[in-house]
Amino acid sequence: MSAPTITERAVERKTEAQPRRGAGRRAGSALSGVATRSVAVLLLLAVWEFAPRAGLIDSTFLTPFSGVVRALGELAASGQLAEHIQASLTRSLSGFGIAVLIAVPLGILIGWYKTVSDVLTPLVQLFLNTAALALLPVFVLVLGIGETSKIAIVVYACTWPILLNTITAVRNVDPTLLKLARSLNLPPPALFRKVILPASIPTVFTGLRLAGAAAIVVVIAAEMVGAKAGLGFLINDSQYNFAIPSMYAGIVAISVLGVGFNQLLVVVERRLTSWK
Amino acid sequence: MTTKIRFEGVGRTFPIRGGRERLTALEDIDLHIAQGEFTVIVGPSGCGKSTLLDLLAGLGTPTSGQVLLDGEPVTGPGVDRGIVFQQYALLPWRTAQGNVEFGLEAIGVPKRDRAELAREYLELVDLASFADRHPHELSGGMKQRVAIARSLAYDPGVLLMDEPFAALDAQTRESLQDELRRIWQRTGKTIVFITHGIDEAVYLGQRVAVLTSRPGRIKSVVDIVLDRSAAEDIRSTPEFARYRHEIWTLLHDEVVRAQELEKEAVSA
Repeated sequence: MSAPTITERAVERKTEAQPRRGAGRRAGSALSGVATRSVAVLLLLAVWEFAPRAGLIDSTFLTPFSGVVRALGELAASGQLAEHIQASLTRSLSGFGIAVLIAVPLGILIGWYKTVSDVLTPLVQLFLNTAALALLPVFVLVLGIGETSKIAIVVYACTWPILLNTITAVRNVDPTLLKLARSLNLPPPALFRKVILPASIPTVFTGLRLAGAAAIVVVIAAEMVGAKAGLGFLINDSQYNFAIPSMYAGIVAISVLGVGFNQLLVVVERRLTSWK
Repeated sequence: MTTKIRFEGVGRTFPIRGGRERLTALEDIDLHIAQGEFTVIVGPSGCGKSTLLDLLAGLGTPTSGQVLLDGEPVTGPGVDRGIVFQQYALLPWRTAQGNVEFGLEAIGVPKRDRAELAREYLELVDLASFADRHPHELSGGMKQRVAIARSLAYDPGVLLMDEPFAALDAQTRESLQDELRRIWQRTGKTIVFITHGIDEAVYLGQRVAVLTSRPGRIKSVVDIVLDRSAAEDIRSTPEFARYRHEIWTLLHDEVVRAQELEKEAVSA
């Protein structure tokens, strides 16, 4: 989960480092940048399309990409796709949202007290590294197979990366800035709002992006275990019914959704840290 | 001249080795600083210069003696003292203007007046045209000028400067020294300036207090009297060289001792 974050950072830095050029050349280089970044994906889609067609892979098991697109179109036309996407998004976004509301304030509080964070960080690490999906049966056992258990497990999976990154962020605020704030007798609310929070944003967002990816993974798995709607259900159900194109359509929809959510977080982060 | 700042028998110890022993950073500091005076404190590294400034800033409390500001004991930080840090301490997410306004917000200047005041002080440090730049777009010297503007803007009576020019290159440092003297003359602030640079001390200070190596005591206070209009390059005049040598001599033994202390600490 952390690997894509690191590569994206590197890419961002590279593009920033490019010297300023004229408008025309900039547009040209932006275009060639898009081309560079899409070439591998396009290659994958080409292989996906032609490998089954050429008989390299049994097309019963791997529908050519055009077939998947057609299945996506049919699902969209019948309104099923929207229904499944809506179900998955509602679960993952409400879980993610609740986790943000819990973990960010809690992380700031824990991070601010050195002893508290020294005591609690190992516990957070433990929870972070306990695969949320391993706890899925526990959630189902306690909360049933309804919406509650699905949202709860998303909350669980999202909380730890956000919490850990927020704690780290607060612990690593530049001490001279804190000294400055102290020398100005800044009251605690202003200290948090004007110094600690803005200084923590970049690291908190690393946690948010990890949590965003986790939210999608976990919701899909939970839907595969027991649900009547959602992309996870769609994939599993299609596989049972041997509706292979629909199955791939569900998979493509998830990956588009995941990339989209991550991009959204990147955009929000850029806006909040435009000073960088 | 009225006394602005008074250190009376000030000492500061810190617990070390898990609290079993105490390290004496400062001992028996007696120092009077007059209103509007420019005092420089020099000493070898690790002699407690910064501790001394922290006590005056109210960021620490003395273990013995007391620090008086306008006759009142210092009990905590306050906006009657502005600090300029070596590492600038600028908020990276705020522009130069925003950073200067930060101090003004702390003392509750209304929003309308903040922008205007911040402008004024950025002009004082000759950075008005960089008001909307973020710290990462500014050079080290510019950053420190923003920090100085921020400290001056909320109009503290005392300016505390903790090796503010140590991280700058020689040319930038000299020009900032000139600028600081000019600002001091214009604003009449009481300035306490910490450095380990002898030239800087002689050039800036009306008085230079030399500290001993650990535990820091006042070894000597040298009054600097230079006719600054006499020569264009005051640093090459014989008087300057005489002061320089005087302080160098005072410091020399202390520096040797400080280095021995450091060696002991490393091998211990």
